[in-house]
Parts: sequence; structure tokens; C-alpha cells
Amino acid sequence: MAQGFNRTEMLPPLPPPVTERGAIKWLRENLFSTPFNVVLTLFGVAVIYLLLQSALPWWLNSVWNAESLSQCREIVAATAGPDATGACWAMIRERWHQFLFGFYPPAEYWRPILAFGLLFAALAPVLYSGQKRSLTILLGGVLAFLLLTLYLSAAPSSVFVVAVLLVLGMLALVQMQPGKLIWFTLLYPALTFWLLWGGSVWSPIVAMAGFAILYGVFRLASPLIGLAPAAGAGVVAAVLWWLYIDVPTVNLLQSALPFSIPAIASDQFGGFLLAIVIGVTGISFSLPIGILLALGRQSDMPIVKWLSVGFIEFIRGVPLITLLFTASLLLQYFLPPGTNFDIILRVIILVTFFAAAYLAEVIRGGLAALPRGQYEAADALGLDYWRAQRLIILPQALKVSIPAIVSTFIGLFKDTTLVAFVGLMDPLKGVTQIVRADIDWKGIYWEPYIFVGAIFFLICFGMSRYSMYLERKLKTDHR
Amino acid sequence: MTMATDAPKDGFRLSMLVYDTRYRSYTIQIVVLVLFALAVAWLLNNTVQNLAARGKEFNFGFLWQRAGYDIGQQLIPYNNDDNHFRALLIGLLNTLVVAVLGCIFATILGVLIGVLRLSRNWLVSRLMTVYVEMFRNVPLLLWILLSYVILSEVTPQPRDFRVTDEMVAAGEEPAASMMLFDTIAVTNRGTNIPSALFERGLGTVDLGFVSLNLDFWVILAVIAGSIFVNRRIVHSARATQEATGVRPVTWWKSILILFAPVIAVIVAMGFHLEIPSLKGFNFQGGILVAHSFTALLIALTLYTAAFIAEIVRAGIQAISRGQSEAAFALGLRPNRTMNLIILPQALRVIIPPLISQYLNLTKNTSLGIAVSYLDLRGTLGGITLNQTGRELECMLLMMLIYLSISLMISAVMNMYNNSVQLKAR
Repeated sequence: MAQGFNRTEMLPPLPPPVTERGAIKWLRENLFSTPFNVVLTLFGVAVIYLLLQSALPWWLNSVWNAESLSQCREIVAATAGPDATGACWAMIRERWHQFLFGFYPPAEYWRPILAFGLLFAALAPVLYSGQKRSLTILLGGVLAFLLLTLYLSAAPSSVFVVAVLLVLGMLALVQMQPGKLIWFTLLYPALTFWLLWGGSVWSPIVAMAGFAILYGVFRLASPLIGLAPAAGAGVVAAVLWWLYIDVPTVNLLQSALPFSIPAIASDQFGGFLLAIVIGVTGISFSLPIGILLALGRQSDMPIVKWLSVGFIEFIRGVPLITLLFTASLLLQYFLPPGTNFDIILRVIILVTFFAAAYLAEVIRGGLAALPRGQYEAADALGLDYWRAQRLIILPQALKVSIPAIVSTFIGLFKDTTLVAFVGLMDPLKGVTQIVRADIDWKGIYWEPYIFVGAIFFLICFGMSRYSMYLERKLKTDHR
Repeated sequence: MTMATDAPKDGFRLSMLVYDTRYRSYTIQIVVLVLFALAVAWLLNNTVQNLAARGKEFNFGFLWQRAGYDIGQQLIPYNNDDNHFRALLIGLLNTLVVAVLGCIFATILGVLIGVLRLSRNWLVSRLMTVYVEMFRNVPLLLWILLSYVILSEVTPQPRDFRVTDEMVAAGEEPAASMMLFDTIAVTNRGTNIPSALFERGLGTVDLGFVSLNLDFWVILAVIAGSIFVNRRIVHSARATQEATGVRPVTWWKSILILFAPVIAVIVAMGFHLEIPSLKGFNFQGGILVAHSFTALLIALTLYTAAFIAEIVRAGIQAISRGQSEAAFALGLRPNRTMNLIILPQALRVIIPPLISQYLNLTKNTSLGIAVSYLDLRGTLGGITLNQTGRELECMLLMMLIYLSISLMISAVMNMYNNSVQLKAR
């Protein structure tokens, strides 16, 4: 054999050709693979160039310290030349508190701030149920946020102490029994109502006592008369409590142990405070109502079914604006003469119904996507209707519809801006118009809309990212 | 089966109404029905009492009273001596024209963006993602207000278009100029677009309550006829293809039949454009489109297009790769793969959510109130309501009209949806 012609060792691998590696390969594959792609790339570059050409100088010449728009323009002209454009963020600096709080009294800003911080503490057990680490991080974030913002808003020191103790207590609870944190979530609505609207501390406590009475009557009566009649008796007792005993009790307690914070009227709410109050309340109440409506629509009982269908189709068929006008104009016809209740509450009720009808359709899609076998299996196990729904059907149906549910929530939050049409001061139309009507800031338009839009974007985008996280977390199939 | 018949027959006890599944659903339904009837009766009773307390009565007679207000944009003739009902019609037409144009533009833009977002070009797909996220996560109201403010504050005044002799002598350009071959002028008062005029027009026919513009209807009829004939041509071509395997060439016949008759009719009627021109302090001639309309249309289009883009993307992604690979294996060219294999399947996924986007767009036209666009909400639910003080009647009528528009759109689109759904099984 001619051994001299055979290699004894392997050649070292050559590097790939220059067009097949690194940045050049990426560019060739992603931007210049075909003539059409080259055209598209050039088009994209042109769009970016045009946007930057007009917007970049405007951003770079931003003015943060000025008294009025004309002064802003003078500063821009002085620093960047007579033809330069520049953003006038000084307006945000002067008016940010109106965008966030509306006409809420500045001395009481700590109240919405505290409520906002605690909102995340209340959401924590819902968002990350039972995950000690995520809960601790979130509560730590809440604590840091509250320390910083309460300090900045010059909250009374007693509030400072109470808030810190409260969050520290919750942190301790998370370490020992993370499941118990849900109790704070249940108490949160009453707490927030009292913090935001103020008044006597006894009214939320006595109102919550109604729920305790409901539960107490139910527990006492159920061994005697059965579950369903006991539940009915509980509801009747609670309603009687709220109708006849609530107000005198509050007055009595308030005269015996007076403790109250200044009451704030609804027309002083505004800006993102209003949007978040309506949005969060609407979201948390629309989901259970939506689930009930969806189940009603799927029901075998024709009367329940047709009532649900009628409600859903009616609400979905009319624009939200007309429903809001119903809240502001027509409710006075439908309620007993002389009743007059808060406009924010009326709007929240109508917004909740609106979102619930959309959610019902979304959840119906999830229910329809479940294979028939799941229902049959639940029946075969001998589960009754509610147990089957709670343990078998709804967990799967809701999981399938998470993306659509969250996009309905995002839609609801965006729709809170429509309350401007019934005279409430939303951040977009209400506050911005007040600012634009000011002689100092007349003629400003990009800055307020960019500011408000950016905040909406952050919140809505955050929600959609969370829904993606939830989908991944709940994913049980192995595809 | 024996279980059911073996159930206790020893008489009927009252508790069986709650605990026996055979009777329970009746109990629940009757309770629900009674509660519902009580609630309705309570609401009606309150309403009657409230109406009596305010000294009002429930009737729609006010619709025939003189309206007494002007509406800027009117598709059929109207003046402030007409009654509220006609104002309502004007408002309804204004709602519908924004809704229809918005649906068309949003579909075109949305499909384009949805397809581009799937493009393998990294830069373009990122740009489109930014577009979609930006428009989806910010309230529609912001886009309406922003477009309106920009249109009315950034655009030049009519006098900026003026060209004087001194400027010509000095070789200066005017501060603003018209767009698109000097036919469209965007000023801070509105957009002036050319209007179509017919020298030998057919005039109008008065039908009592509404007058028909014959030119418009004749052109519409000719277009409809052309489309019908074209469909017959395509149909017979397909029949020939199925019978003989050879498809006759039809594209030139289609183009001829689609465009020739319309052009012939238009020329015969003496079509020409009346181009707006600066006279005195304002533009004269042509049609003045108010900024409220333009802003609403732009905002609705951009906003809904983002949602439609997502729907289109999801629809195309729902078709597995195997489908296009199989089509290529059969030797179909890319465009025929798209037309014959991908689109028919993707449409089935796309259409139901697309319908609900159209519905949303239609309902969102009611936000035109933010820029004082006088649509149904602005006329019937706005000025008419305030003038007559008939909240109950106006709101109910308005909800009823919106509800019937919604139901009609979903009925029509569902019919179309059924025609493209799988016919198997």
C-alpha cells in the first residue's frame, strides 16, 4: 500500500465562508435575501429615517423648566436656533398632579397613593398564588414604592408607620402561611373605598359586617333548613342589615368613637386615579358576572338561557357611550323617585356590565372548546353541577380563554377614558382639555397626549405580558 | 334507564322541588322568571312615576317637530327647517359612511400590516410589531383627539395658499400648496376635495320624502351589471375548464366588461371634476370635508387596522406548514398556492373575529362626539335630546338603531362566513 498518500490525522475544520457567518450572514438572511426583501428593507429604513428626522431634534431640544409654552419656545429658539422645534415637557412638570389625581386635594394625595400601593399587595395572592418567592418580591416592591411615594407626598407620619407595619405584617404572613394573604384581598375593597372617598371609618366596617352576617346566618341555618334556603336567608338578612340597620349603627358608632378622615366628593376625582378606580373595580366584578352569564348561556334551562342571551346581545350591540349616557341620564327614570347615587358608582356598574357581556362571549368560546368527554367524565364521577364547573370545566375553559379575557380587560381599561362624555375628568379628554384651555399652555398638543398615551401603553402592555406569563405557567400540554 | 324509573314514586313532597333533579330546573326557572318579571315591573313602575312627576309623557311625536339646527356634513339635503326625524336620518347616514369607509380602509391596511408582520424581513416585521403594539395599547379616544388637533392646528390657513404678483416677481413660493396635482387643499378649516359634476346629467327624481340623484344610481347600476356579467364569464370559464381541462383566457374580457361600460356612461354624461380654488379668504368649489370626519376616519382606520393585522397574522399562522408544502409538492406556483390552498383555509379562521372588529368599529364611530362629529349620537342623542328634553325616547331609539345595525352586520357577515365554512359532514 502506498502509505505516503494517506493522511494519518484529521484536517482542522475550516471556518465557514465569510458570507455564511456573523453579521453578514444575518444581514443576508434577514434583510437582503430576495430583491423584494431589499425593497422592503429600504422602505423600512426610509420610514425610520423620516420619523427620526422629524422627531429626534424635537426630543433632543426638550425643555423641562418653563412657565408657559411661549417661554418654552423662547428657550428652544435661544438654544437651538430660530427654526428648531422642541418638546415642552415643562407642562408635565407643572401639571403632572392633575393628570394623576384630577382635583383631588393635594394634602390628601397619600390616600390614593397608599390605595394604589396596597392594590398590588391585594393582587399578589391572585396573581402569584402560593409562590412564596414571587409574593415576597412583589410585597418588597410595594414596601419600597410606599416608602418612597409616601415620603414624597409628605404623608403624615402616623400613616407612614401604619402602612409600613401593614406591609411588614403581610410579608411575615407570606413566610408563614402564604394562603392566608387572600383575606387582605377580601378586605381591600372596603379599605380602598374608605381611603379614597374618606368619611367615617365605621361605614366600610359596618358595611363589611353585612357580609359577615350573611355568612353567619348561612352557617347557622344550613344544618337546619338545607343549603339553598340557608343561602337565601343569609342574603335576606344581609340586605335587611344594609337597608335598615347600617346607617343608624354607623351614626351611633361615629358618635361614640369618632374617627374619620376628610370626605372627598366624586367630582374631585380625575386623571389616572379615576381611570384606575373604574378600571380595577370593573375588571374585578366583571369576571364573576361574565362567568355566570356564560354558564347561563350554555344552560339547559330555556328561560335562564334566553335571559342571558338577551342581556349579552343587547349590551354587545350598543356602543359603550350610549350605556354611559344611560347611567347619567336614564337611571334617574328607572330608580324610585328621589334616589340619587354617585355618578362614579353608576358608571362603574354600567362599565362592569359592558365588560361582563364581552367576557361571557369569550368564556363561552372556552367552554365550547372543551371536548364533550370532560363534561361526561365529570358526570360519571357523580359531581353535581357547581362542583363539576368549579373543579373540571371552568379551570380548563378559563385557561383556554386567558388571552381573550385579558384583551377584554385591556379594552375595558382603555374604555375608561369614555367617562369624559358624562362629565367625569378622565386623563385624556378631561384633564388635557383643562390644560390646553389654560392661557399658559394654549396650543400644546403632542406633549399631553404622549404623556397620557405612554402611561396607558405601559399599563396595557404590562397586562398583555402578564397574560403571556400566565399562559406559559398554566400550560400543561407537551407540544 | 331502570334507575330513573325506579326513583321513588311514593307521592310528591315539596322538598323534591329543590332536591330532585327532575323538578329542580323547573323550580329555578320559575324563580328566575318571577324575579325577572318583578324587576321589570319595578323598573316600569318607577319610570311611570318619574315621568308623571316630571310632567312628561312617553311618545315619539317630537320627531316630527322642526329641528332648528344645522348639520355640517349632510349626504342628503337637509336644512334647519326639517324635522328631527330627518336630522336623525342625516346622523345615521353620517354614522354609516364613517363605518363603511373605516371598515374598508382598516381591512386594507390591516391585511397589509398583518402580512408584512409575518415577513421574513427582520426590519419590516419589527416595525409592524411596533405599530400593532402602539395602536392596540393606547385608547382610541387619544388617536381621535390627536388626529383632530393635528389636522386643525398644524395645517395652513387658506391665506397661506395665496400667490400674489409680488411673490411671483420675487420668485417666492407660497407658504402652502395643494396636494395631488393641485386638486386637494388641506387647510385648518377642512379638507377641500374635488367634486364630480356631470354636464349632461340626468337630474334628480323627487320621491316626496327623499330625492334620488339619478347620475349616482345609474353609475351604480352599470357597475352592478358589469360585476354580474363578469361573474358569468368567470363561471362559464370554470365550467369549460372542468369539462375540457383547458381554461379559456378571460382576463381581458373581465377588464373590458368591468371598466368599459362605466367609463362610457361617465363620458356620455359629461363627467368633469370641479376643483377647489382659492377665492377671497376661502376655497370655493369642490367639497369641504370637515376635519372631524377626517380625524375620526383616520383614527378608526389606524386603530382597527392594528387589531385586524393581529387577526390576519393569527389566521395565516394557524395553517400548518404541511399545507403549503403539499401544494408545492403538487407543483402549484406560489400565488396559486396562496389563492387555492392557504387563503380559503385562513379565511375560515379570520372571518369570525373580523366580523366582531367591524362591529366594534361601527360602535366606535359614536366616539365622534369627542370631535363634534354629528353622527347618530350627535344628532338624535345630542342636540335633539337636549332641545326636546326627551331623554327616555331619544336614548331608547338610539340604542335600538345601534342594536339593529349591529345585528344586521353580524347577520350579513355570518351569511358570508357560512358560505366559506367547511361543508363537510
